[in-house]
Amino acid sequence: MTRLLAALLAALPASALADPDPADWDAVLEEARGQTVYWNAWGGSTTTNDFIAWVGQRVAEEHGVSLEHVKLSDTADAVSRVLAEKTAGRDAGGAVDLIWINGENFAAMKENDLLFGSFAEDLPNWRHVDVSGKPVTVDFTVPTDGYESPWATAQVVFMYDTADIPGPLPSMQAILDWAEANPGRFTYPQPPDFLGSTFLKQALYGVVEDPDVLLAPAAQADYEAVTAPLWAFVDALTPHLWRQGRAYPQSGPRQIQLMADDEIDLAISFSPGEASAAIANFQLPATVRTFVPEGGSIGNASFVAIPYNASAKAGAMVVANFLLSPEAQARALDPDVLGYGTVLDLDTLSPGDRARFDAIELGIATLPPDALGPALPEPHPSWMERIEQDWIARYGVTE
Amino acid sequence: MEARATTAGAARAGQAPRRGRVLPVVPALTVALLLLPVAAGLAGTLLPAFGILPAIGRAAPGLDAFRSLLDWPGLAAASRLSLVTGLAATALSLAVTALILASWSGTRVFGAIRRALSPLLSVPHAAAAFGLAFLITPSGWVMRALSPWPSGFERPPDWLVVQDPWGLALVAGLAAKEVPFLLLMSIAAMGQTDQARALTTARALGHGREAGWLVAVFPRLYAQIRLPVYVVLAYSMTVVDVAVILGPNTPSTLAVQLVRWMADPDLALRLQAAAAAALQLGLVLGALALWRALEGAAAALGRAWIRTGRRGPRGRALRVLSLGLALVSSTAVLAGLGVLALWSVAALWPFPEAFPDALTARSWARHGPELGAALRQTAVIAVIATLAALALAIGCLEAEYRHGLRLRAGGLWLLYAPLLVPQVAFLPGVQAAMLAAGLTTGIWAVTAAHLLFVFPYVFLALGDPWRAWDARMGTVARTLGAGPERVLWRVRMPMLLAPALTAAAVGFAVSVGQYLPTLLVGGGRVATVTTEAVALAAGGDRRAIGVYALAQTAAALLPFALALGLPRLVHRDRRGMRP
Repeated sequence: MTRLLAALLAALPASALADPDPADWDAVLEEARGQTVYWNAWGGSTTTNDFIAWVGQRVAEEHGVSLEHVKLSDTADAVSRVLAEKTAGRDAGGAVDLIWINGENFAAMKENDLLFGSFAEDLPNWRHVDVSGKPVTVDFTVPTDGYESPWATAQVVFMYDTADIPGPLPSMQAILDWAEANPGRFTYPQPPDFLGSTFLKQALYGVVEDPDVLLAPAAQADYEAVTAPLWAFVDALTPHLWRQGRAYPQSGPRQIQLMADDEIDLAISFSPGEASAAIANFQLPATVRTFVPEGGSIGNASFVAIPYNASAKAGAMVVANFLLSPEAQARALDPDVLGYGTVLDLDTLSPGDRARFDAIELGIATLPPDALGPALPEPHPSWMERIEQDWIARYGVTE
Repeated sequence: MEARATTAGAARAGQAPRRGRVLPVVPALTVALLLLPVAAGLAGTLLPAFGILPAIGRAAPGLDAFRSLLDWPGLAAASRLSLVTGLAATALSLAVTALILASWSGTRVFGAIRRALSPLLSVPHAAAAFGLAFLITPSGWVMRALSPWPSGFERPPDWLVVQDPWGLALVAGLAAKEVPFLLLMSIAAMGQTDQARALTTARALGHGREAGWLVAVFPRLYAQIRLPVYVVLAYSMTVVDVAVILGPNTPSTLAVQLVRWMADPDLALRLQAAAAAALQLGLVLGALALWRALEGAAAALGRAWIRTGRRGPRGRALRVLSLGLALVSSTAVLAGLGVLALWSVAALWPFPEAFPDALTARSWARHGPELGAALRQTAVIAVIATLAALALAIGCLEAEYRHGLRLRAGGLWLLYAPLLVPQVAFLPGVQAAMLAAGLTTGIWAVTAAHLLFVFPYVFLALGDPWRAWDARMGTVARTLGAGPERVLWRVRMPMLLAPALTAAAVGFAVSVGQYLPTLLVGGGRVATVTTEAVALAAGGDRRAIGVYALAQTAAALLPFALALGLPRLVHRDRRGMRP
């Protein structure tokens, strides 16, 4: 009797509240129709907000899914919400359906069982994804296992104002030499801001002897010895930074604002198309161009993930799938829209879809793909954590 | 059943005692309504500080969170910064308010000062901070106006003006916004200071106007506005958005740092953030105690000075200074808003141009549609929260009037608990408690959370005019046969229409300005102009910020305009009621 009851109870949620199965795509589409998907995504960029609004229009037309953009000032707000819901025992009907997520937040959510599960590789549009050429299955050395679906690629470039700097500064040493000659004209977002930490990692790649140690946990290497050249570099650079390193911009967009105000001449960016898009939006002077350091720059992908207690999982999958469509990917690549790199392998596309990509003008400040150089993998997260901590102790609390 | 079967007359007779039963419990109900969430919220925040956060697998109590907080190298500097900027901003705003009142209250110029400063109340803090930052930063508007001639700068100088390590810009930004608030609170309380007679006596004794006001009127006034001053102190120490924009960041204030930890991808840092919230609470309580002690010291000094029999300087200089300070405070905020408005229609606007290359409506076209929806949402929440707060406040005040149920000092403190306890210290706990109670997302939950912050301000703004009402009017009405309800609705409310509307406008503005409560309790699904504005502010796009800052200001300003205009319209044929 008890066994029967237990079996019944076990069967109940499966029949009544079954989670959508992405392998049965028709059923997902059926369930998604009429759902409202709350996509929690950083809301600080007008161009991204416009793109998300367009995605909303298209999924409403195609699949009857209405998309609401929850504009966050920080992705962690969405993580907090899911965490609070789990704390309160609210394991279904959560407020967050889809999160634009990256690296550290993804690792934290996956580790704490806050994510729905593996869905990305069953999405119909996954067949066009460039699995071997783009960093879409590993996020900060953590395997994604299909728990998040990629929608854009990014690679570090430096933006420089040709009105003030004659040509690219191809190495960290060149940047240091230039900063010494032009004090107060360079800065980076204050770590642990994501982009600021990326600058430190890029600098580490530029000065480290053997880059391979960065892919394993920091505990397995001689952390002090590996990072010593980095700190020597930052020590030498800091007095020549904007405000002598006594203040830093708090985010990437603030850093761009400083460049627009002609307070700085050189800035790091995680998006090769960002400079062109900003020029088109009057956010940067038309004299800005980009370069990549010799030896390559760090590359990664942007993902979307579904929380374990999302209310509209099927709708969220439909949105994730639409983001992988050639139509959405081509639009995101357009510098007048976003200027984000595609995650698709263009050779697998039909000629018609392929033409969408070929028609796009990359913009005056955007390097063509073959000039971007190799994309370096993100170091293991433990490196970032320790470098951030050290940076804060050395430069972040000095006043 | 039986009650329903009685005659109409008996039912009417039964009504009065029933209402009489409801009214006396309103104060207690209100205190509970405000206090329970704060208590639940604090518990929800303090538990993680002591190591308990089951959602990430921490269940064993311990002091590790405090230990790792102590290990953070910036702790001393951040705590000092919070304390010093909070105390300095409060002292500065109080000093400026007192100076303005000492020199000008009761004069015609004072009316002009009041009219110039009161719109500043409706400018959201973050928008004011952004505008100020763009005015004074080395690539800002002041420097652009002076460059390249006469400053000689082709490129902005590398000066650390905003985000200076001493927090001066932060103190200035906070004071510019708090002076109008304290001034409005002082004006409301002025009726109970017997200013004219006290001042006449002091002047007859040979004191100058300013010195006479300071020794004879200020102590009485201060006793009335003590709570608003404490609110300013607690707010200045715990503010996040203004401190991020204007304050130093190497390190930042404790409040900013704890919000960063709260937002860190490493979920274990939330325990450290909770420990920091507990420390922040301690700091605020410590600062309040310190302020209290300073009050005593200042009073003793003042009395000693009076006993010396010396007469203070007669100050034309003081008068000019206070007028100048009022002017700087209002210009800084309004000019800041003005340049943000200019940014909202600017095409490229490089340094050192004083005006944009070209104007474009693109930013407004881009944000217009969302803006409309966000404004509607904001208005619905603010109207409901304000009406509820007004009803509770009138209920409390009427209970006080009819049944003598005056909240004692202790009870009054409880009403202000939501304003004195740092928001970041209890809102995450409120969110968890509301989730556990099944109140999820939705605008009702958000409105309820707003009520926590709207009510104290409404009560603060309405209390004094309500009590100052001439009770003889009520007696006359009662002798003419009106019951207490009729006196309230036909006599008292019409006479107190202006202060009630002002209180409602203040409440509305407070609701419009709420960021953390809207985001945390609404689960991000309730988008108001403020949540949108703060999200955009994270991106630093001045054009978008300009659009939203203007919308936010307009949303808060409209009720103030109504509060000024409606009574004039309603009382157009009541000479004694015209302001």
